[in-house]
Amino acid sequence: MARKVVITGLGATTPIGGDVPTMWRNALKGVSGAHTLEDDWVAKYELPVTFAAKASNRPDEVLTRVEAKRMDPSTQFAVVASREAWKDSGIEDVDHDRLAVAFATGIGGVWTLLDAWDTLRDRGPRRVLPMTVPMLMPNGPAAAVSMDLGARAGAHTPVSACASGTEAMSMGIELIRSGKADVVMTGGAEAAIHPMPIAAFSAMQALSKRNDDPERASRPYDMDRDGFVMGEGAGALVLEAEEHALARGARIYAELAGSGVTADAYHITAPDPEGLGATRALKAALFDARAQATDVVHVNAHATSTPVGDKPEYTALKAALGDHVSNVAVSATKSQTGHLLGASGAVESVMTVMAVYERRAPVTINLDNQDPEIPLDVVTTARDLPQGDIIALNNSFGFGGHNAVVVFRNV
Amino acid sequence: MASNEEILAGLAEIVNEETGLAPEAVELDKSFTDDLDIDSISMMTIVVNAEEKFGVRIPDEEVKNLKTVGDAVNFIVNAQA
Repeated sequence: MARKVVITGLGATTPIGGDVPTMWRNALKGVSGAHTLEDDWVAKYELPVTFAAKASNRPDEVLTRVEAKRMDPSTQFAVVASREAWKDSGIEDVDHDRLAVAFATGIGGVWTLLDAWDTLRDRGPRRVLPMTVPMLMPNGPAAAVSMDLGARAGAHTPVSACASGTEAMSMGIELIRSGKADVVMTGGAEAAIHPMPIAAFSAMQALSKRNDDPERASRPYDMDRDGFVMGEGAGALVLEAEEHALARGARIYAELAGSGVTADAYHITAPDPEGLGATRALKAALFDARAQATDVVHVNAHATSTPVGDKPEYTALKAALGDHVSNVAVSATKSQTGHLLGASGAVESVMTVMAVYERRAPVTINLDNQDPEIPLDVVTTARDLPQGDIIALNNSFGFGGHNAVVVFRNV
Repeated sequence: MASNEEILAGLAEIVNEETGLAPEAVELDKSFTDDLDIDSISMMTIVVNAEEKFGVRIPDEEVKNLKTVGDAVNFIVNAQA
């Protein structure tokens, strides 16, 4: 029998709250984190998209100046969220050789990389900061979290675009089940609200261009959805072997019962229109969790609000859950947070864990006119989840055809 | 042309900015590595910032000879001369 993995600590810094209690309160209320960007580079580069969902709290206001100087913003977010999760777990004494990190990012230190390029062009190689490489490397967040916690059982960085955060949790499960670690700090971080990624995502027609109404731009499942809204921040979850958590009398939020990770091998950006890869991930995750489709009561969907992306996820849910899909309360929280790319899976897992723990599903905003081709039971006002044994899923899909699903069970 | 005191004060400011150390802690006889706990990456950042502040060039091969704050002040004074 594989070791059971439980969740004992949560952290988040997001566009709708700089910590878990604030984010969760807002998620149940239904607020938008998207706003018009005030940065001068929006006009300078005449960006076609002039809004985004920035983190509500700047990490460099939480960290010391010297800490912040040596970290890309993505790493700053990771450290802020993981410190909250660690404190929340109440772990005081741990074998650091048995403590691992799996902290994801989709893009990595893009601000550092491009600032350094500007410096090189404008001021020459001598002015390029010596910390540039460790700040821009994608494993920067995992490395910083590992140093911050003294985690010595390995520090990993799954990179699978917008599935990264969820894949980190899958890796965390494996680290504990295989006996390589007893505790794993998992999560995802992203800080890509920079003119270049905005221009690039916009060039591929992925972003909403609802510039005159940012708060209503992220509208998963709505007929008038026209793309996703860039978000930023981090989510962090402390995974712990059940016996380790029980031995210290920890508060357990939920069991992380299983995961499924697959690849479409279909197209570099478009999802398989029949959602075959996502279906296999869902089925694999339920199998891994020893759960039945009919046990599922809640899904935090990937649902980014793109015209092409939202429907295949429904197709996959229908294929994996059958007719039971109509009994499932589906929340598309990117309607509130925007799309945190490599952090989204972690932030949405935090939300899913809170939903299971409090038996309450968070809100999908901006659903005025639901796409009839996506007949899901979408949660538009916070709703209670059933008593008894329940299962909730968090789906994440990424460019490259990456599909990752994690399964949470009440304890 | 800056005096020794001005250079020391300027260096202290740069060190504070990079490491958070109090400027008063940056004294002439202090070793960058042993006393101020400055690693090689921070040292390179300090050197580049000092070059800009004092309008001098500190070649990479000289940096290893700048063991104390006083060594750095002397080097900058001579380079400005």
